[in-house]
Amino acid sequence: MRGWTELEGPVVRLPRDGIDTDQLIPARFMSTPRSEGYGDYLLHDLRRGPDGTLDPEFPLNASRGPILIAGADFGTGSSREAAVYALVDAGIRAVLAPSFGDIFAANAANNGLLTVALAEKTLAALRPVLRIDLVSRSIVSGPTSLRFDLDEVTAQKLINGWDDIDLTRAHQDAISAHRETIPAWVWPTCVRGGKGAPP
Amino acid sequence: MSGRTLFDKLWDAHVVARAEGGRSLLWVDRHLVHEGSHHAFAKIGARGETLAQPELTFGVMDHYAPVRRDVPPMPAVLKMMERLADNAALHGFTCIAPEDQRHGIVHVMAPEQGLTLPGLLVVCGDSHTSTHGAFGAFAFGIGATEVAHVLATQTLWQQKPKRMRLRFDGALGPAVTAKDMALHWIAALGTGGARGHAIEYAGPAVEALSMEARMTLCNLSIEGGARCGMIAPDAQTLAYVKGRIHAPTGAAWAEAEADWAGLYSDTDAVFDTEVDIDAADVAPTVTWGTAPDQALPITATVPDPLAQPETTAAKTRDTLEYMGLKPGQALSEVTVDRIFIGSCTNARIEDLRAAAMVLHGRKSVVPGLVSPGSAQVKHQAEREGLDNVFTEAGLDWGGSGCSMCVGMNGDTVPAGQRCASTTNRNYRGRQGRGARTHLMSPSMVAAAAVTGRLTDVRMLLAGRA
Ligand code: SF4
Repeated sequence: MRGWTELEGPVVRLPRDGIDTDQLIPARFMSTPRSEGYGDYLLHDLRRGPDGTLDPEFPLNASRGPILIAGADFGTGSSREAAVYALVDAGIRAVLAPSFGDIFAANAANNGLLTVALAEKTLAALRPVLRIDLVSRSIVSGPTSLRFDLDEVTAQKLINGWDDIDLTRAHQDAISAHRETIPAWVWPTCVRGGKGAPP
Repeated sequence: MSGRTLFDKLWDAHVVARAEGGRSLLWVDRHLVHEGSHHAFAKIGARGETLAQPELTFGVMDHYAPVRRDVPPMPAVLKMMERLADNAALHGFTCIAPEDQRHGIVHVMAPEQGLTLPGLLVVCGDSHTSTHGAFGAFAFGIGATEVAHVLATQTLWQQKPKRMRLRFDGALGPAVTAKDMALHWIAALGTGGARGHAIEYAGPAVEALSMEARMTLCNLSIEGGARCGMIAPDAQTLAYVKGRIHAPTGAAWAEAEADWAGLYSDTDAVFDTEVDIDAADVAPTVTWGTAPDQALPITATVPDPLAQPETTAAKTRDTLEYMGLKPGQALSEVTVDRIFIGSCTNARIEDLRAAAMVLHGRKSVVPGLVSPGSAQVKHQAEREGLDNVFTEAGLDWGGSGCSMCVGMNGDTVPAGQRCASTTNRNYRGRQGRGARTHLMSPSMVAAAAVTGRLTDVRMLLAGRA
């Protein structure tokens, strides 16, 4: 995964609350390997009619851009990371919304997708083209610039395209030490290779 | 120093390391995987990683598993199951196929097999992993990148959530279930009401719940936005766990019992948020909309946008249009096209008994599917003759799997049709494109089957319960 530091581009507005993960990507597309790309599945049933044709009025069909501004409760629902894949594969790098589902936000950070929670009023005032800077944590909208919160780890992951596995390897000694302190009852009984006693 | 909550104790016991910015690295005791975990296996495959602890990893084919014998599985479904079996063979972890006697929906199977224990940290790439919190475990759903991380390291980075205590005082009324408690509090607090929190359910009405009902209550924690939900283990919890195949035995059991005795919130522990609900206020509840917080007592009427402020009216109007409902219409007048009894929320033996109690000697006026949560539940139900009650009512009796909860195996609700369902999500398209889902308890679904309308089950239970 490639990281990014700065992003400039047009905004697509999706003025709906509660865009949940089942809408972001219907379950029937999730058996596809990621290498085939998930962009076409993004909001599939909202963007397309029952016969599969694109609705020209729908926001993401009418215009494209790397920044999505959406309503509250964006990405609530299931843990399916495919919801993030669909956004990223459709070229979106940042979602700005009043609130997000917890698991969705964690999944986003692991795939180079920035999520920023901002008040509805603030979102409404943003211009059609924005610049986002991860280092200064700022969104530049015309003459104004606003700061957003982003913890250092998430910022580093987005900027460097890092994977947590790399970060965790540095703690291998602590992991091994912890493993030794685990009580015997935790290890499942009757499992091949398990430490638990057989009955 | 003030006391610790149950959640604090579980958290502290699993911290391996702390990083700047408040994240902690946690040890994972049980990692449950399913066919949908294929992205994570592809990720670790691409990195050349092996599994850190295959003996703490358990796979089950449930998300795509076919549950109807008369419908041949789609080729894509077979491929998904094969992929999981291949990964299990390659990485050396236990994997349960649909024909296995241990088979079941992951959150039904793991407790049955004694894999879920008090005090454990349990994760799975499915948001309803919160179910396992019913045992006093710290259990939550994770995404594919996190699944890959656990496979490779048996650990996970997490930000500590806030703590919420949700008390149900008093006692539930007749025919009111854990499902109704869940829909009730989610409607009261909203889908974001518990965002960023770990919930501990407490109070006499919670203590009075069976283990299965506790699982239903914890299952739905995520629908209120919570990271996880849990209940302190008690004598009932231990009685459920003892003797199960993967549960500790002998000296390990004694040690476990001693450790579990400390799993409660200290009297002086402080919660970030406290919510109190009177259990007597909970009625048989149904959802009318496309989010789990759009729920009302069955005796209520569909919301009228004209009576709402303009900010919410637009959303209500849009929801009613999708759901094909009229403003102000009595919920008990809403007709249904089909029913589904199944899913990790409500497909355990007590759920099937509750539905059968209503359906016994009656016909369902709409088609429907009953999918037991596991092979064990199916077996037990057949021993009790519940399968006959369902088939004589005209419903299909299937195998176990996620089925119409998520529709991945091809079991879906046709567009525009209305389904009374015991599942956990009524999102647009969850049960199939254009499907209209109403969530409710198993006995309420059975009542809807009998009348063809959303129905107050209490009216059908006279002389039965
Ligand atoms: S039944 Fe539904 S919620 Fe439960 S594990 Fe399966 S897909 Fe997830």
